[in-house]
Amino acid sequence: MSASLEKGIKALKKEVDSTVGAFFSSCVNCGMCAEACLFYTESPCPARTPINKTEPLRRIWKQEYTLIGRIGKMLGLAKPVDHDFLEHWEKLVYDSCSLCGRCSMVCPVGIDITALIRKTREGLAAAGHAPEGLVGATKRAVTIGSPMGVKLPALMAQIKHVEKDTGLKIPMDQQGAEYMLLLSSMEIMNFPEFIEAIAKIFDKAGVSWTISSEAFEATNSGLQIGVSDIAAELVQRVVDAAEKLKVKTVISPECGHAYMAIRWDGPNLIGKAFNFKVRHILEVLDEFSKDGRLKITGKETQKLTYHDPCQISRRGGVIDQPRNLINLFAEDFVEMPEAGKMNWCCGAGGGVSSNERADELRLKVFQRKKDQLDVIKPDVIISACSNCRIHLEDGLEEYNMEIPLMSLTETLAEHLEE
Amino acid sequence: MSEIEFLNWVRGPAFEIATVIFIAGVVIRILEIFLLGRKRNLAEAKGSEMSSGLRTIVSRSIPDKNTFKRSSFKIVSGYIFHLGLLVTIFFFAPHILLFKEVLGFSWPSLPTAIVDAFAAVSIITLIAVLIHRLRDNVLKFLSSTEDYLVWLLTILPLITGYIAFHRIGMSAPTLLAIHILSVELLLVAFPFTKLMHTFTLPIARWYNGAISGYRGVQS
Ligand code: SF4
Ligand code: SF4
Repeated sequence: MSASLEKGIKALKKEVDSTVGAFFSSCVNCGMCAEACLFYTESPCPARTPINKTEPLRRIWKQEYTLIGRIGKMLGLAKPVDHDFLEHWEKLVYDSCSLCGRCSMVCPVGIDITALIRKTREGLAAAGHAPEGLVGATKRAVTIGSPMGVKLPALMAQIKHVEKDTGLKIPMDQQGAEYMLLLSSMEIMNFPEFIEAIAKIFDKAGVSWTISSEAFEATNSGLQIGVSDIAAELVQRVVDAAEKLKVKTVISPECGHAYMAIRWDGPNLIGKAFNFKVRHILEVLDEFSKDGRLKITGKETQKLTYHDPCQISRRGGVIDQPRNLINLFAEDFVEMPEAGKMNWCCGAGGGVSSNERADELRLKVFQRKKDQLDVIKPDVIISACSNCRIHLEDGLEEYNMEIPLMSLTETLAEHLEE
Repeated sequence: MSEIEFLNWVRGPAFEIATVIFIAGVVIRILEIFLLGRKRNLAEAKGSEMSSGLRTIVSRSIPDKNTFKRSSFKIVSGYIFHLGLLVTIFFFAPHILLFKEVLGFSWPSLPTAIVDAFAAVSIITLIAVLIHRLRDNVLKFLSSTEDYLVWLLTILPLITGYIAFHRIGMSAPTLLAIHILSVELLLVAFPFTKLMHTFTLPIARWYNGAISGYRGVQS
């Protein structure tokens, strides 16, 4: 990943397409996107206005791809895109944006600002202006196979525990299985209960599944940092494993960006459609439930609410499934204000949580989630992304709130009919 | 140049030049966008790009409840002056005569008093919009010279039109000439400024809806 300004500019140019042209041509500087972004509303600095975060890409588009901009450039009127400028934008593009997608839902002229910020990251990363934490995670993902440095032996150790606790066999590298499960390092290290839950549910449902020892990592830090060739390499590993094991469906676990990476960006990154399906675990479980393969018994009497992980709900399209599933066991399910596709981000997505420099801001903007929670005062929060879950726990602690977190998949496993 | 000669020049050659720049400019800008091209999405679709895109073109005109609460001034003022522009440009009887001359067909006009009221309200709203822009932190930060220029170019035809209609000050031909000139300024600047959003907005909204709809979310 050797970086240079030239590479940065080249990367930005590569990102310009007709959507970029239409979006930038339409912005009327109305400022409405600011009010849609938790990094602005909770820490009101005008520079954090979403559309301002895309300025590096806008300058390149204008100077290189519009008649008037090119004339301006010839006359020496173009605003510079240099190291100082990009360095200044690094904090806006990485620390103050979780790629949550909320601004894109609000802009009155219809600009997908989030997509533009994502594209802007490509340029910044190539020019060497990406946060250290993310660079480190990305390097580990390439060399070790996981952003947190989780190697196969660590996974195998967790699996051994799970097998002992459940008495079930975790099928590794099983050819011809219907489903291949991916995991996030976070789940392997912090929430092995997730693997246990899957083992129990799939056993009861009577479907075959497997984990590949060659590609079990679901997260894609190449995507968060914005380096497409690395992101593509990480996707390719999964594709190779899925093809080798001839599975029908690859399951993305309870992790938002993993789902975005493999489900929506994956085929485009490697430039080839997949010959298997990709589903989020909640989509799979909802299908099981509809087919009568998921039998749930007993009710949770506490007041439950659901936090929508941005990449799964608003950016991913998995909105109804978690609610269907929660209603299988919830007696008192309440939605927070603006739940669903307009829900607010927890503040830690898009690589923000891997970027230590952003720690303070990330906890500050959690105020937005706190305000939502204060309205409904739930007993328990359910989420479907382990990154959200860890940050929600952090945020709740910071604001002295005692609300336990639950994983949806794990809760379902606890309520399986014997 | 006499008053009448000036009016004739403004109405004749100047208007033709402005119209040509306007049309050619808009066509170039639209081509500039589409010629950039867009890669086909290779992920398995969950919804239709076309229908979601079309829906977003319409649905984005209506903000959700909470967005409305957070940005009510911007939304209400935006609606008022855009509607005012629409009515004054397209439903004022003398304008319709001009459109008939150029396009060959016409449509019913609105009573002059109504158009007059719309013009007045639009002018007042645009002034309020400018004050808001100068006072709001985010808007102050985002705004460039272009934003203020575009504001001026938009309000000038309204003001000059209003003055010409009410014959305030100068003689009628001069007032009319000034009004037409202000419109020509607007036409010439149009393709090269943010005014282009008039034409690119449906494209941007379509892309937004298509990107989201492909993933099964109505944006
Ligand atoms: S909401 Fe849209 S049009 Fe308004 S400033 Fe933001 S990006 Fe531009
Ligand atoms: S994607 Fe989310 S965090 Fe990023 S600018 Fe938009 S609203 Fe803010």
